[in-house]
Amino acid sequence: MDLVTPNLGLVVWTTLCFAILLFLLGKFAWKPILAAISEREKSIESALAMAEAAKEEMSRLTSENDELLKQTRIERDLILREAKQVKDHIIAEAKEVANVEGTRMIERARLEIENQKAIAMADVKNQVATLSIEIAEKILRKQFEDQRKQDQLVADLLKEVKLK
Amino acid sequence: MDNDSILNLKLFRFSLICAFFLLAGAFPKLAFSQESTSGSPEKKFDPKDVILEHIGDSHSWPVVGKITLPLPVILFTDKGLELFSSAKIKEEEVNGEPQRKTYQGAHYTYTAEKDKIKVVDSSGNIDEAASKKVWDFSITRNVVSMFLAIAILLVVFLNIASSYKEREGKAPKGLQSFLEPLIVFVRDDIAIPNMGIKYVRFMPLLLTIFFFILINNLLGMVTIFPGGYNLTGNIAVTATLSVIILFVVNLNGNKHYWKHIFMPDPWWLFPIMIPVEIVSIFSKPIALMIRLFANITAGHIVILSLISLIFIFKTLWVSPVSIVFVVFMDAIELLVAFLQAYIFTLLSSLFIGMAMEEHH
Repeated sequence: MDLVTPNLGLVVWTTLCFAILLFLLGKFAWKPILAAISEREKSIESALAMAEAAKEEMSRLTSENDELLKQTRIERDLILREAKQVKDHIIAEAKEVANVEGTRMIERARLEIENQKAIAMADVKNQVATLSIEIAEKILRKQFEDQRKQDQLVADLLKEVKLK
Repeated sequence: MDNDSILNLKLFRFSLICAFFLLAGAFPKLAFSQESTSGSPEKKFDPKDVILEHIGDSHSWPVVGKITLPLPVILFTDKGLELFSSAKIKEEEVNGEPQRKTYQGAHYTYTAEKDKIKVVDSSGNIDEAASKKVWDFSITRNVVSMFLAIAILLVVFLNIASSYKEREGKAPKGLQSFLEPLIVFVRDDIAIPNMGIKYVRFMPLLLTIFFFILINNLLGMVTIFPGGYNLTGNIAVTATLSVIILFVVNLNGNKHYWKHIFMPDPWWLFPIMIPVEIVSIFSKPIALMIRLFANITAGHIVILSLISLIFIFKTLWVSPVSIVFVVFMDAIELLVAFLQAYIFTLLSSLFIGMAMEEHH
């Protein structure tokens, strides 16, 4: 029976001790400890949240970069294609111009050649005429050196005229 | 290679134990022969006395064997305060007979009978009527062990509180990292699930109760000098803690709590339900009180009974059996020490939470 009869003295001491313990620990231990723990938990949580946000930001940036890269590539292709077109165009134009010019020059050359040829022909004709006259003169002079022959020829010519 | 050596070690231990029992079997007479040669008439060993002496309270503080430290006796009598050392009224055994010592105080003459302070009248007999008027507020060994527990708690927790300040925002270290899981456990698994967002106000109380019970349970398991008292297995201590919980629960009860007690739902059940609810106010802390008291006391009784086996059988050869069982029981008691601290705190927070619960 002793065992289950609370002893008043011990009850009072326990109450006193517990009250003092509760006060001292509550004020100087639990308060700072719990505050520190929750503070730390908060900071860990916010750090995790920040890391998460940074990760998201990073992935957003990466996708943005990819997008940008893709656009740039497309633009580059476009520019390259345009440049190629321009080049082709320029080359084609130049070719055409060169062709036209060449044709024109050839034509001009041909005309020049024709002209020169004509001039040369006329010259040759003149010279041939002059030469022929000279030759004919020389032949005639030779033939008219002999009097008899001259007479003969006149006679022949006269004969021919009579016949007519 | 490693496995081999462990196996060998186990085998070695096993053979040692076998050898011990073989020896015990080979010389059964040895133990008894020693008994019979000790001559003088044996006082009959009564385990009940030893066990009750241990789990109860005392005015002296045993150190080793028969050496004890005296403790202050503080008495409130109807005539005034008395203060003297317990050594002055210590019972002593002379030739196996307990011999009383009396002390002439300022108001009465005192003696101790079975560690209870009694008033002695002029003829040397115990005056029961006068003894009832004397209130004993002595620093008994349970009070001393409580002081010890409080000193340990204060040193430990004020120390880790300062290390929290020093290492603000950093990971816990040392003792701090050992105790932080317990503190967080009390908060996250005891307080918050039962009390919701209002838990903050009760954290100091719950933590103090948890660690107070835990350290006293653990100190009760220390079998050498400063420890080994059955403080949390003392009904006065558990009753005090339960009364604290009773007050906290009822002072924090909201109107739903009181409505539930005095105006239970179907009005025609009032005659039955109101007394039942009023009883339940008190039965909850009483259950707390008895649970802690019974668990811790039972553990001490079982361990002491197992040790007593050696003295009951009066042979040393029982000791291996006793020791094996005691070690086993100690392991269980270690678990119980944590478990009971947990359960007391859990149920306290549950009761407080129930009293504060908003109507659903």
